[in-house]
Amino acid sequence: MSRTHITCTVNGDPVDFLASDDTSLLDALRDELGLTGAKEGCGTGDCGACSVLIDGRLNCSCLVFAPEAEGSDIVTVEGIADGDRLHPLQQTFLEGAALQCGICTPGVLIAAKALLDENPDPTETEIRYALAGNLCRCTGYDKIIRSVQEAAVRLKGVVR
Amino acid sequence: MRYVAPTTVDEARSLLAEHPGSQVFAGATDLVPQIRAGRPAPLVLVDLKRIDRLMTVTHEDGQWRIGAATPASDLTRNSDFTAMFPGLSEGMGLIGSDQIQNRSSLGGNLVNASPAADSVPSMIANAVQAVIATGDGTRTVPVAEIATGPGRTSLADGEFIIEFTVADPPAGTSDAYLRMIPRTEMDIAIVGSAVRLTVDGDIVTDANVVLGAVAPTAVTVPDAVAALIGATINAGLIDDSVMNTLADAASAACNPIDDKRGTVTYRRQVAGVLTRRAAAIAAGRAQNGA
Repeated sequence: MSRTHITCTVNGDPVDFLASDDTSLLDALRDELGLTGAKEGCGTGDCGACSVLIDGRLNCSCLVFAPEAEGSDIVTVEGIADGDRLHPLQQTFLEGAALQCGICTPGVLIAAKALLDENPDPTETEIRYALAGNLCRCTGYDKIIRSVQEAAVRLKGVVR
Repeated sequence: MRYVAPTTVDEARSLLAEHPGSQVFAGATDLVPQIRAGRPAPLVLVDLKRIDRLMTVTHEDGQWRIGAATPASDLTRNSDFTAMFPGLSEGMGLIGSDQIQNRSSLGGNLVNASPAADSVPSMIANAVQAVIATGDGTRTVPVAEIATGPGRTSLADGEFIIEFTVADPPAGTSDAYLRMIPRTEMDIAIVGSAVRLTVDGDIVTDANVVLGAVAPTAVTVPDAVAALIGATINAGLIDDSVMNTLADAASAACNPIDDKRGTVTYRRQVAGVLTRRAAAIAAGRAQNGA
């Protein structure tokens, strides 16, 4: 099958790649761009392990066809740290042991970032609803929620 | 499979005419899982999201126009829309996660034709119309006439929905949508109930009651409407005998399936309970100008 040339921005960098039209954005990110942070869990938009931001909006990249990304601005988990300095969410997840196997973690971090970008001071209920599309099968959600709460506190202390 | 992204309705129309068996899509939140489950992938996939008209929401001269591919979150976050159609907005807000709501659309929810589609009962209760692109023009039909059975619609090959139109509700009107799922989030309705009411002081003057997930398509319940019209609201509460008639009418209108998520008996009973509650919420909103 012929492949389409796709130009977009990923984590602030202009990129271009070739992908066949039935490739998911998730597979393109992983296989063409080597960004293996986003994971395939279910492949049907239920688990959120493939979550990325597209033009600032939280999406399951498994539900997006790669050619749809033309011209868009994509953020993956690889793009949320500031150089060697982890994003406050990454730091609080480490400190709070909010992960075990880590498969869901990149998606959870992106979903949590989407929440905090829009709502810097979410309630616990708001955090739980915002992360309802991200399934974790080992850590349990409490440590994840606490770590998001702690990151929110730290983020309020810094100029963004 | 070839991907195409037309930027005008005419271009989309031509592509569909050129490629019989092609498939339009918006969020693909149903399409991708269906292909993954073994449904044959279409030869040509027509992405409707690059057509501005299908991604635009306008409110002019007492009428809303909602692009059929507009993500649900554009509407649930639209405070003017949500104030006028709280039930429709809350139905859309129940469809999947934030990830899904950033992709899923009213057009997709309708033409996927799941009996359990959460936006459809409220669209019908609010008399929403669908503007359909035909081979050479457009036709406008009530949303209630689109789905004809699970996964089946009245759209002809090559037709697609451009936008939805709905008039501002009359004064004293509001709506509510409730659904029952076996868990608290991220599941498919076993019963959905949409109620729209118009009140004049303490009297219900107009009503619409539409159930989802209890029959092959969403069903309107004329007996429930008849029970509500003329009912008195005392201290915010609809008379209990009206509520009992309403609940019985809703239960009687059900023709549900029996499956692992809910039995026929359970769905029937829940339809009555939810319709009562939705009517109470809609009445409160209508009286309070919500």
